Amino acid sequence: MARITVQEAIEQALAEEMSLDANVLLMGEGVATKRPGLVQAFGGERVRNTPLAEGIIAGTAAGAAAMGLRPVIDLLFAPFLCYAMDELVNSAGKLRYLSGGQFEFPLVALAMTGAGWGVGAQHNHNVEAWFAHAPGLKLVMPSTVADFKGLLKSAIRDPNPVLFFVDIALAYAAGEVPEGEVLVPIGRAATRREGEDLTLISYAKTVDACLRAAETLAGEGISAEVIDLRSIKPLDEAAILASVRKTGRAIVVHEASRTCGVGAEVAALVAEHAFDALKAPVLRLTGPDAPTPASYPLEQAFVPQAEAVVAAARRLVR
Amino acid sequence: MGIRLYDERPEALLEAMLLIRAYEEKAAALQAESGTPGTCTAVGQEAAAVGVVAALGADELILTNHRSAGHLLARGADPGRLLAEVMGRRGGYCKGKSGSLHVSARELGVVLTSTIVGGELALATGVALAQKQLRRPGAVVCFFGDGAACEGRFHESLNLAALWGLPVLYVCENNEWQAFVHRRETMLAEGIAGWAGNYGIDHATVDGNDVEQVRAVATAALESVRGRGRPFLLEARTYRLRGHFEPDDQAYVDADELAAWRARDPLPRMEARLLASGRCDAAAITAMKAAVAAQVAAAHAFAIDSPYPALEELTTDVYA
Ligand SMILES: Cc1ncc(C[n+]2csc(CCOP(=O)(O)OP(=O)(O)O)c2C)c(N)n1
Repeated sequence: MARITVQEAIEQALAEEMSLDANVLLMGEGVATKRPGLVQAFGGERVRNTPLAEGIIAGTAAGAAAMGLRPVIDLLFAPFLCYAMDELVNSAGKLRYLSGGQFEFPLVALAMTGAGWGVGAQHNHNVEAWFAHAPGLKLVMPSTVADFKGLLKSAIRDPNPVLFFVDIALAYAAGEVPEGEVLVPIGRAATRREGEDLTLISYAKTVDACLRAAETLAGEGISAEVIDLRSIKPLDEAAILASVRKTGRAIVVHEASRTCGVGAEVAALVAEHAFDALKAPVLRLTGPDAPTPASYPLEQAFVPQAEAVVAAARRLVR
Repeated sequence: MGIRLYDERPEALLEAMLLIRAYEEKAAALQAESGTPGTCTAVGQEAAAVGVVAALGADELILTNHRSAGHLLARGADPGRLLAEVMGRRGGYCKGKSGSLHVSARELGVVLTSTIVGGELALATGVALAQKQLRRPGAVVCFFGDGAACEGRFHESLNLAALWGLPVLYVCENNEWQAFVHRRETMLAEGIAGWAGNYGIDHATVDGNDVEQVRAVATAALESVRGRGRPFLLEARTYRLRGHFEPDDQAYVDADELAAWRARDPLPRMEARLLASGRCDAAAITAMKAAVAAQVAAAHAFAIDSPYPALEELTTDVYA
């Protein structure tokens, strides 16, 4: 297995899908500058720098997708999706339905999200729940290098609009990627560690906090199962419910703020469908309802850390 | 019914305008009489719709907005399926899921109707990019209003289309109104066309109430788009004679302004021209009016006969 970084995994996925399908193209502010290898391999028509205008980039992608191209757009930082939200939510997400199924919107929107670079709240905002609430969209947020590659390939092949969030803290992390074709299905969670006493449910960088917490807990005789959602929408409800039915306890951990976040959805899901299996209330460990600060210690405090997961797990199990 | 192609005959232009007028008056009457969902009519703007659409070939694609019935009917839409869509019936172009505001009809090349004002301008660059990149023939025609032209997306769209050499004919139907706000309250310039010059885009302004003039200018503009592979902005100066959305008593409209534009109604103008030229006599025009009235009556019968969608349709077509 080759060891590569997330950035390399993204580029490999793009290159592989662009060679397989001549309709795949990449657009964004500086994509041609930053990925000269792709320009060389596929030409300037298929790797396009754009003006600094996220709305027209997303609208162009939606229009092009409806007419048979498969655009991947790089919108850089997640807060900039505010400019592209109309095109993603109101056009790409709704026009298939409103047209009675006449059009498909096979596009992928890439954006970086999450604390770790000290760039402050206008460049760092975990907006996944906003889009999870919008019909017609899919959204993924991987945590491992192999998943970055495999999920991006699946997203490009998917006939629907897929938002692909790259947690900034993971962008240069290295990891193993299997040789050959790696396709990770959208909508399937991964069990990163098996356990009996409680389930830690997370995605993106906080999966690592959960794994480290599980390690510590194991030392105290508490066996934690760790589920990496990978895909926020569709959500792997079966995997969540099966694990909670087994362990009887759950903590949902994410960096995005709590109110109406993904954790609320998971907690409600468990309450609705596995209430009988619960031995304790479902807990949420999330970022605060505050913009992300730039200052390093504050930014770190924003993100649920392994120690907090351990403390919550102890409370839950005792 | 498929894409309608126009030959040189000017009578066909009048006939298409008459159908649109009769259809929209029926839609407005249905709203008033029986509580059928309201529509955004474009009464008074028929010449702009028909003049541009009559200039199109079979390969051209259309993007439009909330005031789309004229564009669709001019392109050959079946008035029955259109009315069925407005009434939320299964027989509509979008199975009743669009309603009046976002009707698209892929089979007619009427794609991606957006009722988010300006959305059509954002999508048009992508549709045109696909045409260009996939080496497909046919320009993309994007209809929008003066209100949309005051939005950022208009400027972003023109800039990108110019930069990438995309085959888009932008058609601004400047009808003086932006819902309940007069154009003069939202922009200092007298017209939109000149703005295109700043993006290196060719442009023209046309009397939007003269269907033959619109067709002539649109034909030339399309030749330029197809031949040079570059966008073009056509501004049609016209007026919305009815309200923004049915029902609308137009109490906010200046009576003199409305009267002046009523006097320039494109339908009587074209009728008088055809009579004066001897191409039609009064009997021929009466027959045309009777024919469109019968078509609209049949459309209504089709629409009310069409069932509502099955409730299972609530969650179909969300994902491909
Ligand atoms: C983004 C957005 N803002 C507001 C509206 C409400 N609205 C619908 S039509 C309209 C007026 C649009 O004016 P214009 O672009 O001139 O087109 P016209 O209706 O005159 O044809 C408005 C404000 C909307 N649909 N979308």
